Amino acid sequence: MSQATEAGQVAPARLPPTVDTGAIAWLRKNLFSSVGNSLTTIVLAGLLVWLAVWFIDWALLKATFQAESGQACVGTGGACWALINDKLRLIFFGSFPYEEQWRPLLAILAMIAMLVLSCDRRMWNWRLAIVWAIGSFVTFLLMFGQIHIPVTLIFVVALLAGAGGYLLRRATAPDMERIAWIVLMALGALYLVLRVAGVIRGAAIPVAPFEYVETGLWGGLPVTMILATYGLAAAFPYGILLALGRRSNLPLIRALCVGFIELIRGVPLISLLIMASFLLPLFLPPGVSFDKFLRAQVAVILFAGAYIAEVVRGGLQSLPKGQFEAADAMGLNYAQKTAFIVLPQALRVVIPPLINTFIGFFKDTTLVLVIGIFDFLNTANAALVDPKWAGFPGEVYLFAAFVYFCFCYSMSRYSKYLERELNKGTQR
Amino acid sequence: MAVRNLNSAPAVIELEQVNKWFGQFHVLTDINLLVKQSEKIVICGPSGSGKSTLIRCINRLEEHQAGTIAVRVDGQRIELTNDVKNIEAIRKEVGMVFQSFNLFPHLTILDNLTLAPIWVKKMPKKEAEAIAMSLLERVRIPEQALKYPGQLSGGQQQRVAIARALCMRPQIMLFDEPTSALDPEMVKEVLDVMIELANEGMTMLVVTHEMGFARSVADRVIFMDFGEIVEQAPPAEFFANPRNERTRLFLSQILHH
Repeated sequence: MSQATEAGQVAPARLPPTVDTGAIAWLRKNLFSSVGNSLTTIVLAGLLVWLAVWFIDWALLKATFQAESGQACVGTGGACWALINDKLRLIFFGSFPYEEQWRPLLAILAMIAMLVLSCDRRMWNWRLAIVWAIGSFVTFLLMFGQIHIPVTLIFVVALLAGAGGYLLRRATAPDMERIAWIVLMALGALYLVLRVAGVIRGAAIPVAPFEYVETGLWGGLPVTMILATYGLAAAFPYGILLALGRRSNLPLIRALCVGFIELIRGVPLISLLIMASFLLPLFLPPGVSFDKFLRAQVAVILFAGAYIAEVVRGGLQSLPKGQFEAADAMGLNYAQKTAFIVLPQALRVVIPPLINTFIGFFKDTTLVLVIGIFDFLNTANAALVDPKWAGFPGEVYLFAAFVYFCFCYSMSRYSKYLERELNKGTQR
Repeated sequence: MAVRNLNSAPAVIELEQVNKWFGQFHVLTDINLLVKQSEKIVICGPSGSGKSTLIRCINRLEEHQAGTIAVRVDGQRIELTNDVKNIEAIRKEVGMVFQSFNLFPHLTILDNLTLAPIWVKKMPKKEAEAIAMSLLERVRIPEQALKYPGQLSGGQQQRVAIARALCMRPQIMLFDEPTSALDPEMVKEVLDVMIELANEGMTMLVVTHEMGFARSVADRVIFMDFGEIVEQAPPAEFFANPRNERTRLFLSQILHH
């Protein structure tokens, strides 16, 4: 009996090979596995320790934190953080009126809160629109001090929200909600018709709690954050549209998108900024003028859009043809196919290069200095001009670099988190 | 299996003198085909013979360049033209199952099933989910509803793909080599579902090399080669007594390894 079953017997389960654990085993395996490796480890570790000791000595032990002027720092052999201390408000807020600088500070906090909330995946629905509407309103109210909301804008938003809500929810919403969307849409349309016909005059609702501060006086971190946040927030959907247009079946749309992308990618951002700043006003009819800040913002959006479009195109091309065919075979139309099947998958694939582009553009906003806008790096530069503190550029640039690093590293970590989060479940 | 009287049934798919080229390559030549309601047709032939292209023309995944293709939708004959309305109307009535499943990897199984009913048929979500769950039970994997396609085996994925197509309540099902990408031990579970579907009276066009399936289920077997329909006959006659030399050669190649 036992012989008969021998051939068909299941092999006894074996234990997996033992794994060395613990710090010592790890060290031996990774750092001291051979003579050469041991030597390399010792030399590099020595170098690291020496650098760390030198930096701590310079940045902390011998550093000057409080001083009247740069004189106090000369000859100490340490960092002159007193300069940063003295110029902190100039570096962060530029030439924003001194007594009002609590406003850009709050604006920075409002934007950070808005961005942090946007990072949460559970917010990616109608909540996001509300967060951005409130966040943006608070930010710009604080920065400008006064905002005049055109009544027309309110009704345009009503029209768009009504139309969007109706189109998206038409299939699934209960009757009451559908009617609400239609009423919203109708109100917006009715106002616009009357406004265009001249029955209603244009009006604006003033919200003016603070002293007005024009964009020419803005500077520092709020400027960098506004340019980057709204630049990328607008460039992202716009870049997606460009990427979709580039793959369109309609030759005219395809040609326009390809032409635009190639044109924008073919010139440096600086030339685009200079064009927006100095050439555009020449083409506009007299009396019409755009704010310089707004022009720079538009230039950043156009530029970033072209790059984002190419990144997204990579994602679109990575989708297997079968996904498009399955969507087609089920009878989904182009918009449904794009919104539910194509973009969710394509954007997932391009998160790393997309965040890469975002980080690049966050830093590229520094180029607005060529048209005289004081972003964060530029105000840091301005702090060096004071002869009282001459001779300590290293400290200022190191500080500026540290602030930029905080932002960029956060984005990088977020990219990692997002990749993990979105791929949850889709992998075995 | 009950003998069906197909002669009295109306034609649900009509192909007349259909021609298609891929560049210079003549992939479909003068295809004429009438498919009756509830008819099951198995299409076989060597690779590159145009069999997949033929069924992909019926729901416009491929565009034919000459001839007419018409599908009966709600008693009305709708001709496949460049009119998007016609294409969408036909796609609502025609379900398709692919060789490589083509499930949407970023959606759960349940969402894969309910997407089209909700958005194309404007069905309330609750109703779509109820239908989806009953179909998942029919293909015997209701417990996988909240998983993602990547967590399922090939056979399970293909059964989900069949359920997904059925969720639109189609009158006609196209199968493009549904078992070719499966491991051998999973072929049967998919074929079983297809046989059940056939017994319920679904009109089916199946491109496959599963000759056992053709023998037991098909009303008609079509052999294609070089873009032409070379021979068509009921399975008993087709396998016992193939008339064309090319058919005999093909059958000898796939039946005797």
